[in-house]
Amino acid sequence: MSCSRRDFLKDAVSGAAATVLPLSAFVFLTTDEAKAAIAEAKVRWAFLVDTTKCVGCGLCVTACKNENEIPYDAPVTRTWVERYVVTTDGRTLADSPDGGRDGFTTGTIRDEEIDPENVAKAFFVPKLCNQCDNPACVQVCPVGATYQTHDGVVLIDREWCIGCGYCIMACPYGVRFFHPEHKVADKCNFCYHRITKGMQPACVDSCAFGARRIANLRDPDDPVTQIITTERVAVLKDEYGTKPHVFYIGLDASVR
Amino acid sequence: MKRHVLHPLWVAIGLVGLIFLARLFVVPDDFGVHGDSFTYNYHRLSNVQEWRDFPVKYQGRDSCVECHEDNVRTQRRGPHKRIQCENCHGPSGPSGNHPDEEEYLPLNKERALCMRCHASLEYPDAARSDLPSIHDRRHKRRRECVECHNPHDPREDVE
Repeated sequence: MSCSRRDFLKDAVSGAAATVLPLSAFVFLTTDEAKAAIAEAKVRWAFLVDTTKCVGCGLCVTACKNENEIPYDAPVTRTWVERYVVTTDGRTLADSPDGGRDGFTTGTIRDEEIDPENVAKAFFVPKLCNQCDNPACVQVCPVGATYQTHDGVVLIDREWCIGCGYCIMACPYGVRFFHPEHKVADKCNFCYHRITKGMQPACVDSCAFGARRIANLRDPDDPVTQIITTERVAVLKDEYGTKPHVFYIGLDASVR
Repeated sequence: MKRHVLHPLWVAIGLVGLIFLARLFVVPDDFGVHGDSFTYNYHRLSNVQEWRDFPVKYQGRDSCVECHEDNVRTQRRGPHKRIQCENCHGPSGPSGNHPDEEEYLPLNKERALCMRCHASLEYPDAARSDLPSIHDRRHKRRRECVECHNPHDPREDVE
């Protein structure tokens, strides 16, 4: 077998070009597709949690489980409420029995009775999917079963998911779980079926204290967007670079 | 090249070809990059619509008021005005589909439901402490709250 220097160089260059040139360079949007993409970009869903208003009743968790058909007694939930108690001697205790599904009705945390006199501060923190701009869970999916929609919500294709669980491991916020009935990964999607119909997510509707609110960041007249853009809000685990879109008012340093 | 090299090579190439052929049939037509990023937007497009079509269960107070105007009016004037009907009465949407299929919703009258907000936790400066609260063991044990308090307007006693 012979190979001249000229042939070798030719093959090497053309081979490298074929590998490097991305296939997506050949994808062109039709006019309709381009229009649809622009229209969808008028919405970017975000969430605002006011931890100073939450009383830990857990009605959001109950409503979420019923609305999204998550088995009520299974130890999984799309949203949950955490209780943090910081004692006067500097200890931080946190719990979330059944995800706070039945509310918090006693002062006992993880079988430990805390004397109210020793409580320096106590508060509740509702948690849900952050619908990140850089979702780590989507990056690791080996089959393209989870993805980000044009309006920023991360969805899971139940027909396409193989249940490998990579995404459950990848999420820094621990919002993903294995759905015991569908045998696929599952998580909060801001009640996508409700927000796309002009309704509010089930947890937002069920909250009697206004601790949970949904916002469209692309709408400058949205009152919740105005709070997010003009007031002091924080996000969870900013250092992971996932750009989370659940914003918190009154977030304490002890919250993880 | 010798035959013992070429034969397995053809088999391998054939297998790869078969995989590409199978892919043509197995992968849905609408599977691809729908957006500007392969990393985040690679998916089956029709799945978005599937999620949009997911049935709504909690219909909200506005759908209750159509028939239950009296109760809604009572509830709206009281301190419980921000609590949705379905938090206690249960979701009225599909599966129950009230009132077409299911005449009565599974009303939750349990003491435990009230205790979610009204159990005393004695936390300093938390929103919870501002709510009227009881110590479960010291207040009418083993009786349902709604026997005495009208849940629609708790300032009223039950008639």
